[in-house]
Amino acid sequence: MLRSPMLKLIGLISLIATVIFLFLTSLAVGQTSIPLSETWEAMISYDPNNTNHLIIGTSRLSRGLISLVVGMNLALAGVFVQALTRNPLAAPDLLGINAGAIFFIVFAITWLEVSSLSGYMWFAFLGAAIAGGTVFFLGSLGRDGLTPIKVILAGVALSALFVSFTQGMLVLDEQSIQTVLFWISGSVAGRDLDMLLSVLPFLLGALVISLFMARPMGVFSSGDDVAKGLGQKVWLTKLVMGMLVIVLAGGSVAVVGSVGFIGLIVPHMAKSLVGNDYRWILPYSGLLGAAVLLAADIIARVVIAPQEVPIGVMTAFIGGPFFIYLAKKGVSKR
Amino acid sequence: MKQWTFRFFNDRISLQFSARWLMVTGIWLLAVTAVFLLSLSSGSNWIPLTEVFMQVTGQIDEHAFVVETLRLPRAMMAILVGSALGVAGLILQSLVRNPLASPDIIGITSGASLGAVTFISFGAGVISMQYLPLAAIGGGLFAALLIYLISWNKGVTPIRLVLIGVGLSAIMKACVTFMLVMSETATTTKSYIWLTGSIYAASWSEVTSMIWWLLIPIPFLIVFGRGLNVTELGQDFSVSVGIRVQLQQFIFLMCSVMLAGTAAAYAGGIEFVGLMAPHIARRLVHRSFPGLAVLTALIGAFLVLIADLVARTVFLPLDIPAGVFTAAIGAPFFLYLLFRYRNQ
Repeated sequence: MLRSPMLKLIGLISLIATVIFLFLTSLAVGQTSIPLSETWEAMISYDPNNTNHLIIGTSRLSRGLISLVVGMNLALAGVFVQALTRNPLAAPDLLGINAGAIFFIVFAITWLEVSSLSGYMWFAFLGAAIAGGTVFFLGSLGRDGLTPIKVILAGVALSALFVSFTQGMLVLDEQSIQTVLFWISGSVAGRDLDMLLSVLPFLLGALVISLFMARPMGVFSSGDDVAKGLGQKVWLTKLVMGMLVIVLAGGSVAVVGSVGFIGLIVPHMAKSLVGNDYRWILPYSGLLGAAVLLAADIIARVVIAPQEVPIGVMTAFIGGPFFIYLAKKGVSKR
Repeated sequence: MKQWTFRFFNDRISLQFSARWLMVTGIWLLAVTAVFLLSLSSGSNWIPLTEVFMQVTGQIDEHAFVVETLRLPRAMMAILVGSALGVAGLILQSLVRNPLASPDIIGITSGASLGAVTFISFGAGVISMQYLPLAAIGGGLFAALLIYLISWNKGVTPIRLVLIGVGLSAIMKACVTFMLVMSETATTTKSYIWLTGSIYAASWSEVTSMIWWLLIPIPFLIVFGRGLNVTELGQDFSVSVGIRVQLQQFIFLMCSVMLAGTAAAYAGGIEFVGLMAPHIARRLVHRSFPGLAVLTALIGAFLVLIADLVARTVFLPLDIPAGVFTAAIGAPFFLYLLFRYRNQ
């Protein structure tokens, strides 16, 4: 763990450098590999006559930017969910938020014939809000309040419901299976920059608000009663955290489909690096999230080239074992 | 209450039935028969019940194709799948002593899916499709053993079993998606329809081969069934009344996986039946295993029959996988259970 503020600052700067490096690498790697120096050139002085610059500008740039932003969002959403439910095993996807958002988007595509990107986004927000709200409500019933097992089980059941409805709609509409399936399973490939841009204002807004949440979250983490005693409007903190989760996770799903486990792993990584101070956890999580998703995307492109592994599958391969590890460690301590 | 107990082979096998059980089972048997006949008569063209009855008993022959080739195997399949899933859930719930356990939530079903999709992607064309059940059962078995091994820490607690099942099934689902996206469109569509849980193209040969697979665990359940009731009372108690706990746990787990894996092999992921059927049954009768198992099988059969009937008639001419409807009833039911056991 990095103890002194100086070390933490150095860590932060090296993280930023890592993210930039991974971003440039993600522009360089692919069917035609482009030297790193040239990707940098393409960033600062774009030359439309250069083929390599053209490849970067038309296909790889959007992909890199989407991984960067979505990774950041998912990680922050994870931090908020874990703080809100006081549950180390929580993550947007495990709470059924991804499944809910996807169900509503597929519903909008197949039944309401919505085809605009902003339309998808609103349906994603709606689905995320309904799923997240239901799970949070069901999980908090009973004497013990929000126990990990109740939250997870409610999330699993609700996900199963949404997933099977989504599958039902897709079976009715057979020709779209292949495209929608690739999208559902989470992918950053073949997305236009427009998709990101339509969601971006909301995501940036949420990012800015996130930065102001560090203090209230620190107070909130000491328990409802203590927070109240210190003069915090606990309901307001909870509400803002909930809204942030919905916007961050729902918006991400609208762009890339269901990418799981980033929201679960990254907050743990950040906490093991900087301890329990949310002023450090939030920026570290954002950067680590971006780094992990960029790295996962690069690996997903090269392992079985020329084909690609959907990035949601990649993150599940990394995150699933981690979840098992946490479950084994956390629950046996209890 | 009046009870009958049958004992064979020096009390090694004991079956107990009560008068109440007889009544409840009779009612459910009637219900299943009614839905069975209804599902034979409804579809894209409606055949009156009387004619269905005459056709089945061989008095007329005009609906031979529709009833005997299309609808009858499908309804039979629904009954078999429902019974198998119900009993698999019953065994699992007793075994881990947790009312929220079921093959799909613990991850056995995703293991079976993984086995089957691997088989469809790599084995189809090379190996005969009749070995698909073997792949699905193998996958389910592998998943069950892995979950059990990982959660083992001087014994297995239900919470750890469930959480680790959730994690493992996420990984296995990722593997399934991976294979779906990698393979060609034809294989993808085939696997996808299979995964959602459907009994579209049930044929007589499938029905008969499924019966053979289901017959394997039954003798074990008859012989060891009474031990399951004791297991519910706790491991220490079971040991002190002379039960070989580890052996029995293993056998029961195997039986549950055999049943759930076979059901998954023929019908794909029909979810939540393994959760609902045992709960309804436990509400209605006493805890004696043999009676409970028969009733659970009937209720499971009823649920899948109804789900399949709704799935193929409401959206005519479209045919929706039955799994969508079992989830539509099952997930709210699960959430209700979560609410009911909120203080445990």
